[in-house]
Amino acid sequence: MSLTLDIFSARAGKRVEPGELVEVDIDLVLANDITVPLSIPEFNKIGVKKVFDPRRIVLVNDHFVPNKDILSAEQAAMARRFAREQGLPYFFDVGTMGVEHALLPEQGFISPGMIMVGADSHTCTYGALGAFSTGVGSTDAAVAMATGRMWFRIPPSIQVRFEGKAKPWVGGKDFILYALSRLGVDGARYASLEFAGEAISALSMEGRLTMCNMAVELGAKNGIVAEDDVTRAYLAGRTRRPGVEPRVAWPPRTQTSSSVAVGQSKAKAADDGSYAAVHVYDASKIEPMVARPHLPSNGAAAADLSGTRIDQVVIGSCTNGRLEDLQVAARILTGRKVHPDVRCIIIPATPTIYRQAMEQGLIEAFMEAGAAVSTPTCGPCLGGYMGVLAAGERCVATTNRNFVGRMGHRTSEVYLAGPAVAAASAILGRVATPEEVA
Amino acid sequence: MAKVWRYGDNIDTDAIIPARYLNTWDAAELARHCFEDVDQTFAAGVRPGDVVVGGTNFGCGSSREHAPVALKAAGVSFVVAANYARIFFRNSINIGLPLVEAPDAVGSIKAGDDVTFDSAAGVLTNRTTGQSWTVRPFPAFLTEIVAAGGLIPLTRRRLGLEGGTSAGEGGGDAGEGDDR
Repeated sequence: MSLTLDIFSARAGKRVEPGELVEVDIDLVLANDITVPLSIPEFNKIGVKKVFDPRRIVLVNDHFVPNKDILSAEQAAMARRFAREQGLPYFFDVGTMGVEHALLPEQGFISPGMIMVGADSHTCTYGALGAFSTGVGSTDAAVAMATGRMWFRIPPSIQVRFEGKAKPWVGGKDFILYALSRLGVDGARYASLEFAGEAISALSMEGRLTMCNMAVELGAKNGIVAEDDVTRAYLAGRTRRPGVEPRVAWPPRTQTSSSVAVGQSKAKAADDGSYAAVHVYDASKIEPMVARPHLPSNGAAAADLSGTRIDQVVIGSCTNGRLEDLQVAARILTGRKVHPDVRCIIIPATPTIYRQAMEQGLIEAFMEAGAAVSTPTCGPCLGGYMGVLAAGERCVATTNRNFVGRMGHRTSEVYLAGPAVAAASAILGRVATPEEVA
Repeated sequence: MAKVWRYGDNIDTDAIIPARYLNTWDAAELARHCFEDVDQTFAAGVRPGDVVVGGTNFGCGSSREHAPVALKAAGVSFVVAANYARIFFRNSINIGLPLVEAPDAVGSIKAGDDVTFDSAAGVLTNRTTGQSWTVRPFPAFLTEIVAAGGLIPLTRRRLGLEGGTSAGEGGGDAGEGDDR
């Protein structure tokens, strides 16, 4: 059975099928400083006084915080007031806040078998831990906060397997950009996107979080990876938050296998027929990738874009702002200098990551190289602040979207990449591969 | 007349409302910047009742409900597309922006055409060319959200906070159009 079918079947207390509608208890609801201002008036219209369970609501002021302007300040204040009025124990603001999808797994909110929703499209990140999580809008989030329940249409599942051993410098970002280039921005529309295979088993939790984070860029409802030793080691390393565990028991599961050859795609391929399609890629052939403007599916090998001059590099975000990403960037930036024509902005995604990066000497290496290091924020990823692009400027970013105007002026351009390509590009002032500098 | 504003495939929510305006939830202000980065004539030229027509995967990207809010506040009476990204679909239904899924029709509708939709009959008509299409109805649970005036009124009713007893079922992930 596909992982998502398994989770919903356990929750519904019966075997569910794709296309079926279920209304289930949800374990956690997330919102942030730009989505909760739309949720709060809707919540108030419902007429309930209190949220269904204060411990199962997480609010993170991360998008335009520290406040970028007066309007943003008002929105952050609105979230703050709501958290206070509702007595929410899990409200994260300047000082404790990080980019939400890096923060929640790190702070022990996520566990396998959970069902959660968040008023942010990248809520699909948490599937890396074997949870079902999906993005919703502000009105859905308001109803979820009030009732603790939500309707779902059970999605069909698409399994994407990466077999073989990844090349040096190739990580989760390269895998997901490769899958996007093959399947397109609607290649998994409405479906559950399940990642499996030898190269996924060998991938760090950080890399898995990156991949599930961008499942939505293929139109997927959620991304998910089966719980394994990597998951258990990650969970063992952190204190779990009380009151947020799954509302039904969830024993460890084993994954359904399929017999599709490397390089092949097949419909209805799983042993029990529960996958709408299975795609199998040879991980050992995947190069460090870049997605050209203006779609995340415009993938190319970074080596093929070496003539592309750039003005800015951003390393951070819910996609690639974790410690491993900063370690990869530091391996390339240490002892080198950022190109004089490039502004290099590095944003550790959470305070814990920032502190670890400091303790490991990464921040010093970045500053020595001439990069700017910022407190956690989503800021530049969505063209908010802390790195907005002027007309015609180009940026290599470890973020998730390169739509028209995403990081600034409508004629600016975003090239998506992993931290290795981003750091190498910062040094050479053009799109570059890590091999060119390290 | 219901004038068509025609856009292509994969219209993302950053195109509908750029994220730099997400520092406000004021619908009229959002409407002033609708499609600003991809069509500088839209916000000034759109008239109440106009129609937005896209291709496949309309509304992909961010979960921002500001996108359907901006379209609705700009006066757009309904959107036609071959299909929709799921969060945008849910959000539109939840806030009462009518969506028409008509993969056969979008190729025959051009910018400036006069298009109407009879929701009761499920018929989309291009009055400029005289063509019309029968549109597959939404499933009952989804129609119920629309009929209730959106997800919030339906939730109030289901919780018994309005008009007596809980009535029927609906809400949530109602918008998943493809496999209905």
